[in-house]
Amino acid sequence: MDYDILVVGGGVTGCAIARSLSRYDMSICLLEKGEDVCSGTSKANSGIVHSGYDPIPGTLKARLNVEGSEMMPRLSRELDFDYKQNGALIVCFDERDLPKLKQLYDRGVKNGVKEMRLLSGDEARAVEPNLSDGVCGALHCPTSGIVCPFGITIAFAENAYANGVEFRFGAEVRKIAKIGGGYEISLSDEKKLTSRYVVNAAGVYADVFHNMVSDKPITIVAKRGNYLLFDKEVGNYVSHTIFQLPTAAGKGVLVTPTVHGNLMVGPTSKEVEDKEDTATYAVDLEDVARMGSCSVREIPMRKVITSFSGLRAHEIGGDFVIGEASGAKGFFDAAGIESPGLSCSPAIGEYVARMVAAEAKAKEKAHFIGTRKGILRTRDMDPAQRTKLIKEHPEYGTIVCRCEQISEGEIIDAITRPLGATSMDGIKRRTRAGMGRCQAGFCTPRTMELLCEKRGSGMEKICKNKEGSELLKGGTK
Amino acid sequence: MNGHDIVIIGGGPAGLAAAVAARETGVQDILILERNHQLGGILNQCIHNGFGLHTFREELTGPEYAQRYIDKVLGSHIPYRVDTMVLDVQSHRVTYINREEGMVTISAKAIILAMGCRERPRGALNIPGYRPAGIFSAGTAQRLTNIEGYKVGSKVVILGSGDIGLIMARRMTLEGAKVEVVAELMPFSGGLKRNIVQCLDDYNIPLKLSHTVVDIQGKERVTGVTIAAVDSHRKPIPGTEEHYDCDTLLLSVGLLPENELSRGAHVDINQVTSGPVVDDTLETSQDGIFACGNVLHVHDLVDYVSEEASLAGRNAALYALGGKREKKGIPIVATGGVRYTVPQRLDIHHMSDMVTVRFRVGDVYKGRYVSVYYDDTRVMHLKKKVLAPGEMEQVILQKNSFGQFSDVKTITVKTEEA
Repeated sequence: MDYDILVVGGGVTGCAIARSLSRYDMSICLLEKGEDVCSGTSKANSGIVHSGYDPIPGTLKARLNVEGSEMMPRLSRELDFDYKQNGALIVCFDERDLPKLKQLYDRGVKNGVKEMRLLSGDEARAVEPNLSDGVCGALHCPTSGIVCPFGITIAFAENAYANGVEFRFGAEVRKIAKIGGGYEISLSDEKKLTSRYVVNAAGVYADVFHNMVSDKPITIVAKRGNYLLFDKEVGNYVSHTIFQLPTAAGKGVLVTPTVHGNLMVGPTSKEVEDKEDTATYAVDLEDVARMGSCSVREIPMRKVITSFSGLRAHEIGGDFVIGEASGAKGFFDAAGIESPGLSCSPAIGEYVARMVAAEAKAKEKAHFIGTRKGILRTRDMDPAQRTKLIKEHPEYGTIVCRCEQISEGEIIDAITRPLGATSMDGIKRRTRAGMGRCQAGFCTPRTMELLCEKRGSGMEKICKNKEGSELLKGGTK
Repeated sequence: MNGHDIVIIGGGPAGLAAAVAARETGVQDILILERNHQLGGILNQCIHNGFGLHTFREELTGPEYAQRYIDKVLGSHIPYRVDTMVLDVQSHRVTYINREEGMVTISAKAIILAMGCRERPRGALNIPGYRPAGIFSAGTAQRLTNIEGYKVGSKVVILGSGDIGLIMARRMTLEGAKVEVVAELMPFSGGLKRNIVQCLDDYNIPLKLSHTVVDIQGKERVTGVTIAAVDSHRKPIPGTEEHYDCDTLLLSVGLLPENELSRGAHVDINQVTSGPVVDDTLETSQDGIFACGNVLHVHDLVDYVSEEASLAGRNAALYALGGKREKKGIPIVATGGVRYTVPQRLDIHHMSDMVTVRFRVGDVYKGRYVSVYYDDTRVMHLKKKVLAPGEMEQVILQKNSFGQFSDVKTITVKTEEA
């Protein structure tokens, strides 16, 4: 066997599981079809740490949500990613729906969510002045938070790597077959890998792999969500995450500050056939704006800096599918991880790792590295500290991304650190260079040069993300 | 804290001309802070000709035009720092960062904002579709082509007919790329007439007015773009979609003055120009902070940037030399097809003999008049063959014209049918 465990999928779920598994003395490899971790659903979602009032009590979702959410503050310090407990308001627009708000409150209590309280419309507007006049009641949930979805995924991955997990990128799984004592995985480049155990964290494709080995098929439906992201200038338009009470008309959209200080509105929800359909659509973007403006007084549409869409992996049963697949000993699913999947990820990681370790009778390592240090954020440093850093490392004195004030040093660190960025998007997600209001207009050429210098490749080879996304078409005449 | 009489933020055409004028006015202690590796600003990547016809009465390329001013700055030994990014501006205080000094705060008697502008990105337009490689703002493509020496695409669709987009249509054609079409949302181009003729017409590149991009295809690299006609509300008209196979989409959909630092300094910003509100000395709402060039409002010709910046430099110098003027003055109101004016305030008692008021109109007008009113009295009435949003206009107010209007409350600039 090549490995003890192969983890399929480098999203937040796969990386969290890999990180938790790396506590144990086993050989682990994570396979990711993209050029980097966090290049599917994990990169395009709401970035919310739900407190856990929403899932039906008794479901796996409910349990892992509350656990995951409670792990988040400490984990964000240990693994150095951005997280903030900003609280949430679930708002209601119709007096007749107030009982449903109460139901949500009761459900939260059952799930173990702390500190919730019900507010009148005016009380809600007192804590969140930009709420619309149509809000007639709200559930206030102070333990709800916001997290950087890239930050947490990359942190899990880097920490897993530091603890010996191998990562293979551009490794697209074609086939998984049961063999004596484990599984054989065939990749798109004809390579074959064998492993005693398989963890299936393949997002919208998890059903495909599950159904190759299990006698009880599952079905994952991709649900596309469009989002609008706004300039930091309006980042404090709301301070809480504003959810809409689900009604017969739908689940509604949320209006939230992001952990980096932007304003975000979304998502829509449409089932799609194509599991790669991450395009945005005019009608969806209009829906986002229209629905968002129910919650708050006029969405500042002139301040939109970008729009994007992501796919949720919805299993038609409605709950997460986590555990050993029926009829496939040693094949563990972490499938159907839709919202609140990001919130649950730390708990899913621990849960799956314990399950696999128990079956493998694996022992915990003596020297597990439990912490990880992220990339320095020089713009947050005080002047004296920053000057000292620049004297020692002059590269932190050159600003490459003007909008987000990201220095050359930060970009170089993103490229050269273990499991570093190989693409423009990889740098963007690690440092925020190119994520500001000019959307990489100014920093693209210099960032490309740095990527070339540090990776030793030609400018023509630089990709936005995976192969085929080269930015240039050769030299000038 | 170290200090200077005048600190100029930006070493592009505005900053350079301001520095030269400030020195000529008698201020010795000037410092230019430039974030790029060299002086000259965006002109360095504008290798086409057409610069300097007004200022030097000859046709120069962008780098040549910049060099004229760089030579003056070097010739008068005006200090400057490159690779230096200003992080914060307050009245009489500037904080910057560079590799040699780290993060430094210096004092300044006067500050001149000359940071220029940036391009509106795709996201600001909410163009639907995928987000593959191959979508560039025209200026980024221009930099990659002219400075870095790379070809950004082979088959190109351009959205927006701003000047950089038009220039890049020609530039990419010269590099062997096929520019399929330029789509413009508005019923008129936002660029200069001469650029439409010289960059599109001369190369048979079609310009489709009242059209926009409604879809972008391609998951890794752009594979195609769909454009459609728009109605009078700028909404796409179903059934008018046309598909173009291409690997590149360039965007030239507007420039935005870069006023993050100005906002941080609590400078009042005009909603129309997105630049500071200034009086006839080009002083902003904050004491001793002046503004000029594209950070103040987006210009069509660099010659006007230089002219305006010289004025800012001269006034900042007078201010630094102790000639502080009280903030008085009456508003200059833009209406009737005039979108904005710069300056927005004028002190008729302390103004220079002549003040140039620059403005842009909001639509294409033929045979209309540009009028200036002092309160209700029309004092200027100029017939214009064509007025277009892409071209900056100006009126010149003479100090002596206020002789009988010494208590005028408002100056109005507008267009009129007759």
